[in-house]
Amino acid sequence: MWRFTVLRVLQAIPVILTVITLTFFLIRAAPGGPFSSEKAVSPQVQAALEARYRLDQPILQQYFSYLADLAHGDLGPTFRYPGRTVDELILDGLPITAELGFYALMIALVLGVTAGVVASLKPNTLQDYVPMGAAMVGICMPSFLLGPLLVLVFGIWLQWLPVSGWGSTPGDKLLPSITLGAMYAGYIARLSRAGMLEVLSQDYLRTARAKGLPEYVVILKHALRGGLLPVVSYLGPAFAYLLSGSFVVETIFQIPGLGRFYIQAAFNRDYTMILGTTVFLATLIVVFNLLSDIAATWLNPRLRYQYKQ
Amino acid sequence: MTTADLQVIPRGVSLWQDAWTRLRKNKLAMAGLVFLLLITLLCLLTPWLVAYGYEQQDLRLGAVPPSADHWLGTDTFGRDQLTRILYGGRMSLAVGFIATAVALLIGVTYGAIAGYAGGRIDNAMMRLVDMLYALPFMIFIILLMVVFGRNLLLLFLAIGAVEWLTMARIVRGQILSLRQQEFVEAAVSLGLGPVAIVWRHLIPNALGPVIVYTTLTIPNVMLLEALLSFLGLGVQAPAASWGLLISSGVETMEEYPWLLIFPGLTLTLSLFALNFLGDGLRDALDPRTAKD
Repeated sequence: MWRFTVLRVLQAIPVILTVITLTFFLIRAAPGGPFSSEKAVSPQVQAALEARYRLDQPILQQYFSYLADLAHGDLGPTFRYPGRTVDELILDGLPITAELGFYALMIALVLGVTAGVVASLKPNTLQDYVPMGAAMVGICMPSFLLGPLLVLVFGIWLQWLPVSGWGSTPGDKLLPSITLGAMYAGYIARLSRAGMLEVLSQDYLRTARAKGLPEYVVILKHALRGGLLPVVSYLGPAFAYLLSGSFVVETIFQIPGLGRFYIQAAFNRDYTMILGTTVFLATLIVVFNLLSDIAATWLNPRLRYQYKQ
Repeated sequence: MTTADLQVIPRGVSLWQDAWTRLRKNKLAMAGLVFLLLITLLCLLTPWLVAYGYEQQDLRLGAVPPSADHWLGTDTFGRDQLTRILYGGRMSLAVGFIATAVALLIGVTYGAIAGYAGGRIDNAMMRLVDMLYALPFMIFIILLMVVFGRNLLLLFLAIGAVEWLTMARIVRGQILSLRQQEFVEAAVSLGLGPVAIVWRHLIPNALGPVIVYTTLTIPNVMLLEALLSFLGLGVQAPAASWGLLISSGVETMEEYPWLLIFPGLTLTLSLFALNFLGDGLRDALDPRTAKD
């Protein structure tokens, strides 16, 4: 098991390095310098700016200086927000995005697992079709449609909830969290239904029932543990999708999180900001994939055994 | 017993006939198939069907709700919405099919090579796929669109290049198990080269899961295009795509909700249809992994 964990961690390092290198050179290859849209500046100012952002150095040297800075967590200054660093902006946005993602994930897990388990107990009856139909709606209704529709109905027509913002008026966190969570609730419902169906027909559950355990103990204690394995393995990739989903949700609801910073940086061609956020998000995603892989292996005795060999 | 009795041998049912029979029994999948054929046909024939051009404006008219002249209403520029949804469908479906075709081409080739080569080559190729899986592709597509401008061809290629990974895994797994079977040995002993074996004998046998996964890739791709267009990084006005129509519908949804609701409904129903068809095909072609 430890061997597996160490191996997986070692595998993650080249991935992160690849991301950094790819992004760095991709951005340098972009047409138009970072200051090309600003009004003309005197050559001295231009030179000073280039020196400040190290643009006067050869590209390989820029690359290695960037790596060196990165090694102690310095993502450099931003182009568009004078006097602020990429680190500061990321630290501003991160708690908000993390909170949004956490609520969305909780909604997705609670709704999804409940729907999936309920559906799996009586397959091909109404008790199966209704939750699975709802799951399909969640999957097929993109967040950039669901969000505005929720705003239209609950924010504008019924006036029950605020239409935008984050933490400034009570209840304004509800719609964004539901919007972001809906699709994952759908996927998780399908995964947990499939996982439960596979487990429910296995011998150890017959044993559990034969021991005379009450049905809810059989389901909650014995079946759920195996049946939710697919959900655990899905959480790593889901985290990556949650992040890209937060781009959309934060744009719709005007939430000042990391996703909105990223989209704004992309539009403003704020190259250091794009580079910094990409590196940061990519590292985060790789780390979460790693954690979910390790968790899935810990939970699954068969995989655990395989890696002991 | 006469010879006539003996001649009544039940005809063999091929895998495809069998699958078709099973698919036809699945009402949801068939409804999806009919819906998709219908909307594809409508979108293909749009220029000959509609009375308005997709950029034809009528500023005096402005945005009006659905009426006899404009079945789904008009947008703020007085452009007919039905026309724009159908033209948008051409774009969205084109992205869906072309990007999926790109993914199919890369995925099947890569997976087939890895699966047939086996051993160390297979190992190295699949490690690469594992590594790419861990990359945050959504971020990369946004990056590509920013760096190289909003180029449609690039959009097709970028989306296709993202979606081939799972296809490669599926094909590789299939080829790996098929390779051990006797008909491949027979083909080798007949002197066929590896390209002919893979192309004529292995890939056709792996086609079932490939078709299923292709059907499930199309909605993903369409969703990705709509998302990028929504963020302003994909298709640009005055051209239309469903994502773009939804995006501009959101801006005016308070006054003119029909500009959000109809394009949204079209996109959602198409994704529904594709997903149901994909599920139905999986149940029909691969009964072992069927849902129940």
